[in-house]
Amino acid sequence: MSNAQPPQASFWNDTGRSGIAAWIFSTDHKRIGLLYLYSTFGFFLTGVLLGLLLRIELIAPGRTIVGPQTYNALFTVHGVVMIFLFILPSFPGAFGNLVMPIQVGARDVAFPRLNLLSWWLYIIGAVIVLVSLFTGGGAPDTGWTFYVPFSARTGTNVSLAVFGVFIIGFSAILTGLNFITTIHRLRAPGMTWDRLPLFTWSLYATAWVQVLATPILAITLVLVMAERLLGTGLFDPARGGDPLMYQHLFWIYSHPAVYIMILPAMGVISDIIPVFSRKPIFGYKMIAFSSLAIAAAGSLVWGHHMFTSGMSDTAVLVFSFLTFIVAIPSAIKVFNWVSTLYRGSISLEAPMLFALSFILLFSIGGLSGLILGAAATDVHVHDTHFVVGHFHYVMFGGSGFAFFAAMHYWLPKFYGRRYAEKPALLAWALMFTGFNLLYFTMQVLGMKGMPRRYYDYLPEFASLNLLATVGSWILAAGLVIMLVNLFRGLRGGVPFEGNPWGGATLEWSVATPPPTENFEEEPLVTHGPYDFEGMGKP
Amino acid sequence: MNEHHIISYRKLTGIWLVLLLLTALTVAITRVELGGYKVLAALTIACAKAGLVIAFFMHMKYEGRLLRWLLFLALLTLAIFIGLTFFDVLYR
Ligand code: HEM
Repeated sequence: MSNAQPPQASFWNDTGRSGIAAWIFSTDHKRIGLLYLYSTFGFFLTGVLLGLLLRIELIAPGRTIVGPQTYNALFTVHGVVMIFLFILPSFPGAFGNLVMPIQVGARDVAFPRLNLLSWWLYIIGAVIVLVSLFTGGGAPDTGWTFYVPFSARTGTNVSLAVFGVFIIGFSAILTGLNFITTIHRLRAPGMTWDRLPLFTWSLYATAWVQVLATPILAITLVLVMAERLLGTGLFDPARGGDPLMYQHLFWIYSHPAVYIMILPAMGVISDIIPVFSRKPIFGYKMIAFSSLAIAAAGSLVWGHHMFTSGMSDTAVLVFSFLTFIVAIPSAIKVFNWVSTLYRGSISLEAPMLFALSFILLFSIGGLSGLILGAAATDVHVHDTHFVVGHFHYVMFGGSGFAFFAAMHYWLPKFYGRRYAEKPALLAWALMFTGFNLLYFTMQVLGMKGMPRRYYDYLPEFASLNLLATVGSWILAAGLVIMLVNLFRGLRGGVPFEGNPWGGATLEWSVATPPPTENFEEEPLVTHGPYDFEGMGKP
Repeated sequence: MNEHHIISYRKLTGIWLVLLLLTALTVAITRVELGGYKVLAALTIACAKAGLVIAFFMHMKYEGRLLRWLLFLALLTLAIFIGLTFFDVLYR
């Protein structure tokens, strides 16, 4: 594709409206993507602040900065913000919107207005969650899982918080619907299913989970509200209800939801690794297939959160078995990425460093997940800091680091300017070090028996907790450097032109920043997404 | 496939009556001691009712193949979800 086209109006300039209305009422998928980016990332930073407060409280035994009730509220809000306001909506909402339509060769998503509605629903839900923190009985203190019977009885403002999350659920369902339709109907000529970039494949699998699983969360949350407001007794054994039913319902959604968090992250990694190894991806079909397999099998393993809950032993056996099955497609991906690296000509730039650390951190998280998936070992570490370490490894070390990789990889394309490389590497190094210091220590603490969700602990855990808290500061320092560098670079850095990394997917063939309608004329796709030799040819 | 199929009032009323009848049945069987089968009975009646609503009130009986498949997929997912919980409920 030649670069000799006349300059096109980029999506930054070309608007009918002015001021903020040009953004919050825009139906352009790129603008909506950036809206999602700013809003979800804003919540991420909020969540980080809360996380740092948690760690400061845990720096020494006894009360340090907050008492038990505040601590309960802090970890609840930290969890709710990170899960429902950051990591679930961020990948599909931000990078899905920014990149996917261009990757399939479309001008926009299938339903642009619905897309805008999704963002609005997200914002409305988020505002309701925020309001719930300061009204009624105060911030919820149930943990992000809202387990009954406590969530049905606590005096804090659970009803409103749960209602906010309910609304955000609709946003996710609509985004999923939109993406499925876009990927089915709007692919450019020549963009066959086996030429679909793996990021798009992963979004496709994710979208199905969003559509099929999110309604169950919505129903569950309505039931909690009914229990609180109407006293239905659904979860109350004294009145014929079953508290375990709540846990089933909650995890029927929330376990697949962790695949909404990790699948697109894996997609990002599958797109970045080949570009920075200058080698076609190894096992394209298996990676695409394993996304679907993870989405399908991952929907059937929710019971592994309930091994110690008093669920029947038969169910423990079945769910433990199913859990081990999900490990297979996940391992397929890891092995394929590593095989892609093998004998590639690797260049260690910022996106690649984040991608490589994803592989390591995700593997640690995934393998510690097997310890939890085996019922015998889970009984010992259930509800300890081992679990907290485990899910931060997958959600933060996995999805979070993939999000940073995506920011360094794709944002210059959309802003037309780039960040400085050296500070990016420094930020990465600090974050990687701090991350492992923080969460590996947590896993050790958990093995030694420190329970989660307590503001206090036995004196023998003191030195390791101090270490973890110091780790959280190193991590935070890295984050600050990364942010400042990105912010300065994307606003005033050196211009980013053409296709400096040599990506072969369609988003690298359009102008930088992309024009409003993405393509001058409908593209004709003649080569696969990782065919670096074929991309130069017409 | 896309033409508008109109269901007569008579048919709709008939289905509504059947739904009411099934509801009455649901209430009635709570008074009979069925042991472990009470869940099965309740679910069977609920499925029959949902089936009627989907087929006639939601027009699925007259829709094209694609829509039916999509609905089937969603229902299958739901059935698997509910089905798996029985490993817990039945063996507790
Ligand atoms: C600097 C970053 C972060 C720090 C310092 C941090 C710290 C913590 C700590 C100390 C806890 C455990 C509280 C306890 O059980 O006593 C916790 C819980 C949690 N964190 Fe983080 N975290 C960070 C980032 C994240 C990210 C990026 C995510 C998700 C994407 C996340 C999701 C969660 C969740 C879901 C919980 C469980 C809350 C609950 O028990 O209900 N955290 N975090």
